[in-house]
Amino acid sequence: MIINKFWGGFSSVLTTVLIAVFLFGASVAFATDDSHSTEHQAEHSQKKKFNAGEMIFNHVLDAHSWHIMDVGDHAISVPLPIIIYDTDGSGLHFFMSSRFEHGHAAYDGYKLLKGKIVRESYIEHNSELAEAEEHQEDAKEAAIYDFSITKNVTALFVSAFLIFFLFVNIAKTYKKRKGEAPKGIQNFLEPIILFVRDDIAKDSIGPKYEKYMPYLLTIFFFILINNLMGLVPILPGGANLTGNISVTLVLALFTFVITTASANKNYWIHIFNMPGVPWWLKFPLPLMPLVEIMGVFTKPFVLMVRLFANITAGHIVILGFMSMIFIFGEISPVAGYGVSIVSAGFALFLSLLEILVAFIQAYVFTLLSALYFGMAMEEEH
Amino acid sequence: MELIMPGIGLVFWMTLVFSLLLILLKKFAWKPIMDSLKEREQDISSSLAMAKQTKAEMKQLQADNEKLLVVARQERDAILSDAKATKDQIINEAKDKAQSEADRIVEAARVNIENEKRTALTEIKTQVAELSIDIAEKVLKAELSNKAEQNKLVEKQLANLNFN
Repeated sequence: MIINKFWGGFSSVLTTVLIAVFLFGASVAFATDDSHSTEHQAEHSQKKKFNAGEMIFNHVLDAHSWHIMDVGDHAISVPLPIIIYDTDGSGLHFFMSSRFEHGHAAYDGYKLLKGKIVRESYIEHNSELAEAEEHQEDAKEAAIYDFSITKNVTALFVSAFLIFFLFVNIAKTYKKRKGEAPKGIQNFLEPIILFVRDDIAKDSIGPKYEKYMPYLLTIFFFILINNLMGLVPILPGGANLTGNISVTLVLALFTFVITTASANKNYWIHIFNMPGVPWWLKFPLPLMPLVEIMGVFTKPFVLMVRLFANITAGHIVILGFMSMIFIFGEISPVAGYGVSIVSAGFALFLSLLEILVAFIQAYVFTLLSALYFGMAMEEEH
Repeated sequence: MELIMPGIGLVFWMTLVFSLLLILLKKFAWKPIMDSLKEREQDISSSLAMAKQTKAEMKQLQADNEKLLVVARQERDAILSDAKATKDQIINEAKDKAQSEADRIVEAARVNIENEKRTALTEIKTQVAELSIDIAEKVLKAELSNKAEQNKLVEKQLANLNFN
């Protein structure tokens, strides 16, 4: 009941907010990006010095509200729903993140501390103490599970809708234009679909590739579209979704589960009793089996880390170049202007490079997943 | 540290949304797309095979046509030469026939002429004999009209007769 009520309210709020903010964001974002660096930043820096690391991490990490920009000292952001499950017995709590007022206020007995939801009773120490306290706190108090619709979850919803409608639309075109040449966006995406099928799936998996096509195509386009959306600085882009370890963890887990589920006898024999290897590597000390079992888990682990690290690193480097403008701008506005030309140039170059990386990482993740499926089904030869 | 610590919330939502996306796309997008692609590829390859076959057939047909043409030409030539031969033969025959007819007519004419000539001669002979008799009669009549003369003649004749 509560969930139904919540979802009804949430969806209508979300759509209006998204439309309003998108229009607003599109018109203002350009103007403020520049003004950010000059007058506003100058005013701003009198109270608070520009902290590049903090800014970068705020962008790279997940957040409970979608921060768009700061106008003067006031942050403009889209509030997102908070859903927490408290194990102290109070159960689920729903409210909008605007209640926290960017960490300035507490609501419902909870407050936002450095991007994390904690109990109001949780005392804020200075940074080092808080870190140490955190572990003790977790140990003695009941845990709070945060299922909030965060920035990344919102981006996930948006991209999932986008991907779904994009490909359902293309599928419709295929049905409508049966036996005809591809047209429009279908024409643009067909070579990519064929590439995934012919160069990734057929080559790596072999004759049984068809069963894996839906998964391979889904991860390929999910990673690609989210990589690209992460490069778009305005809403609904800009969330570092594929550079988030939780997302890559789930993707890697899917690959792991599918690999394990499609493994044949030969695959397990290779793990536990590798043929063609001297017996003393397997008995009495099972060296080879240990290495092989480790390999089973390192494969998805590496998948997870590779995608996460590549995308996050790209975001960090681009933001680093942008930060240089403000760092030099704090020294003198002239230096800020001077550096901005170079920085913008580098950021542009890196953005182009990131577009390439977006494709490469989507390709690599899909290719390696396909290779693992192929290895799991390999017959004895 | 938060950067490399998976959050339960995002893991939960990601698993949910990704599973749904996978299932929905599989049903509504990938299946029709892959089917269409496969169908189109089969269509293209079968069309190509058909084009190849048609081409071969065309070639075969063309060869057949050529052969037919050669045969037709030969037949035409044969017919033409036949016709010519027949024509020559007919002309020759006609010529021969005409010649023989002419010969026959000429021969008949000659025979006729000969007959006519003979008839004419016979008639002339008869006429000459009659005339001679007539003349002789007249002469005799004249001679025998006076007795002295007749005696003289008899005597003369008798004188000529020599009784031996």
